Amino acid sequence: MIRLNSRLSRRALVLQVGILVPTVLVAACSGSSGGSAAPTSSSSTTSNAAAPTAASATSSPAAAPTAAAAATTAPAAQASTGSAAATGQLEIFSWWTGSDGVALAALYKLYNQQYPNVKIVNAALGGGTGPGGNMKAVLKTRILGGDPPDSFQVHLGAELIDTWVTTNYMEPLDDLFKQEGYADVFPKRLIDIASWHGHPWSVPFNAQRVNIMFYNKSVLAKNGIKPPATFADFFQACKTLKEAGVIPLALGDNPPGASGRVLESVLIGALGPDDYDGLWTGKTPFSDGKVTDALNYFKELLSYVNSDYLSIGSTQPDTMVAKGQAAMLQFTGDWTDGTFKGMKFTDWGAVPPPNNANIWDLSCDSFGLPKKAKHRQNAINWLILGGSKKGQDTFDSLKGAISPRSDSDPNAGYDAFQKQEMVDFHKFTIVPAVVDGAAISESWTTDFVNDANIFATKKDVASAQKLLAQACVSANVCK
Amino acid sequence: MSASSPGPQQGTGRIVAQAPSATRWRLRIEADRLKAILVVSPSLLAIGIVVYAFMVWTGYISLSKWHDVRPNYAFDGLENYVQLFQTQRFLIDLHNTAVFLVLFLASCLVFGFILAVLLDQKIKGEVIFRTIFLLPFAVSLIATGVAWRWLESPESGLNLLFQFAGLNFLKSNWFADPNIGIAAVVLPATWQMSGYVMALYLAGLRSIPAELHEAAAIDGANSVQRYRFIVVPLLWPVTITALIILGNVSLKIFDLTTAMTGSGPAFIDDVPAFFMFQTTFQSDHFAQGAAIAIVMLLLSSILIVPYIISQQRQEAGQ
Repeated sequence: MIRLNSRLSRRALVLQVGILVPTVLVAACSGSSGGSAAPTSSSSTTSNAAAPTAASATSSPAAAPTAAAAATTAPAAQASTGSAAATGQLEIFSWWTGSDGVALAALYKLYNQQYPNVKIVNAALGGGTGPGGNMKAVLKTRILGGDPPDSFQVHLGAELIDTWVTTNYMEPLDDLFKQEGYADVFPKRLIDIASWHGHPWSVPFNAQRVNIMFYNKSVLAKNGIKPPATFADFFQACKTLKEAGVIPLALGDNPPGASGRVLESVLIGALGPDDYDGLWTGKTPFSDGKVTDALNYFKELLSYVNSDYLSIGSTQPDTMVAKGQAAMLQFTGDWTDGTFKGMKFTDWGAVPPPNNANIWDLSCDSFGLPKKAKHRQNAINWLILGGSKKGQDTFDSLKGAISPRSDSDPNAGYDAFQKQEMVDFHKFTIVPAVVDGAAISESWTTDFVNDANIFATKKDVASAQKLLAQACVSANVCK
Repeated sequence: MSASSPGPQQGTGRIVAQAPSATRWRLRIEADRLKAILVVSPSLLAIGIVVYAFMVWTGYISLSKWHDVRPNYAFDGLENYVQLFQTQRFLIDLHNTAVFLVLFLASCLVFGFILAVLLDQKIKGEVIFRTIFLLPFAVSLIATGVAWRWLESPESGLNLLFQFAGLNFLKSNWFADPNIGIAAVVLPATWQMSGYVMALYLAGLRSIPAELHEAAAIDGANSVQRYRFIVVPLLWPVTITALIILGNVSLKIFDLTTAMTGSGPAFIDDVPAFFMFQTTFQSDHFAQGAAIAIVMLLLSSILIVPYIISQQRQEAGQ
């Protein structure tokens, strides 16, 4: 018996040690991911620190790790002249893969036509939770580690500003905006959203509208329904459709995200553009009665969606509408135009969500200039190209977005839907998007999306209103 | 038994037999020791820095005021922990972890043991079955998650299967059903890991000599009694090993839940690791994220440390 025991435990011991050691290591590693990326403040490359106007405005220089890197001075104006002379690399970081990657490649091609001696490194990384989830996580370790890409995709507005500008990792783009005359071609509201402390921080490469309700034309027609414009019409339509055995509105909120966009549109509809804007600046309190109205609308809306909305992903509803199983699509962005095109589904129409007429909920993909960019001049040339008429018309027509420039050419390959959007964009009231990064910081966005998901699950108006208000406080915007 | 542990006072036979002068003897031992230190030091250094130094570092960050991408090492005491334990989401996460841990351990051990006992019956084609049961263990948890996301989708997968079989009452929303929640994630986790537990148990079963079974049979023990009084007690060390490993898997589970459902509706499938990821890399609350990491580490330690201590005692006793 003793002999057996010792044999057995020796065997077990070998097993245990062999397995336990790696396990402990992995467990320990997963616990240590937090702090590895302390930036080094040694930026010896920049000697002439003629800090630009902006750096003086950014108030918190002491803790800023890259204060010295603020200015490599070389004004953009000098750069754009010697195009053939530009050499070296250009590393562009984005979350554009798949069909978006095709549009990006076209823009790269255009860049290389102008700067044939620059080698472009495409560091695109798709996937993750929320728009660009994986890419943003990697970007953080890169920038904090003092190794930023030359330029990176980011939503114009708070997503860039609250993460990277207030913390002094970006260069202001005043010179570039002046030189390229952006004030004349971009709507003023767009430049406002891009700015902080009076300086613009990224160049918009496109404009997307995220408050659209797509619908299946024949399903609505068959049930004798006109595309609804108000909440009353919308709910009436939903009721009719439900009685006819059709899913009125397709929604997929797993993982959380889509219901955040729905809540966003419903808030716009219930509050109107000004009060909606105020929510994100602290002017409109979340305790406002109109927020309660919005949540009640959202709650009623949830009684008309497919029963498995908490299980399915955010793209499955596209298929449900295309197949005619559902009549209308969760309120979402204009990229669905491209999605339907990819499915060869043409029988669709699009209207604003209820009470969202003449309002453009704006999300822009943009690029900025990180401090310590290794090929700064090449990056500036990239921004110039991406902000130019030719660059935008090439990129956006392929990407399924529009160019926010007032002089963009509708015949540069845009489809009918995009052409209509190009007209609307310059007529409508612009408000910043929440889930898609323009209005609020990333951390607030995460909270907002999770709160919308909790509401979609529990349908408790009072507690959701409290959660939304708490998120505003956590973001240091509300008191 | 413990002859392998090198130590200065434990001379090898050769030295004792032909004892040189005391100084030379000591030199020799020191040279040996130096060599040993030199050989292990690279890995010690690597583990020391990559694992333990960063553990300490994470611990410090969890006491700091680092709340945006810009590092802020100002000391903040236990504030992050106080806030963490007031956060509804984290309390839900702890509850989910406990549920996952218990269900996952129980199901893996039971299925693993049953599979091992069945395979131990000297059946034909054992190698094939063993491979089939063990193979899921080689699959990435992400792949498992993606596949099971579809299997547990309300309109397809398992529900469709139940529908064809006329078992409509078994249909459910799985991971989106608040009554099931994270238990729906235990299912694929068990699918993946019970084969591994089977392998552990099988190795243990094979090391039990046939004489014991025979002796018990002669004494009149039936097969249930033989398992109850001989096999199960003798496999106890294997069970402990499995408990420790699976316990760790459940405490730090991330990929599976993330690929399957993210945090699930209203956090019903949320786990601390996913919360830590969102807090750190999406919300930039690095200090808070570090606090979550440390709580996870402590939970793992509760599981591991007593085990390591008992192992050391056992070794010392032999």
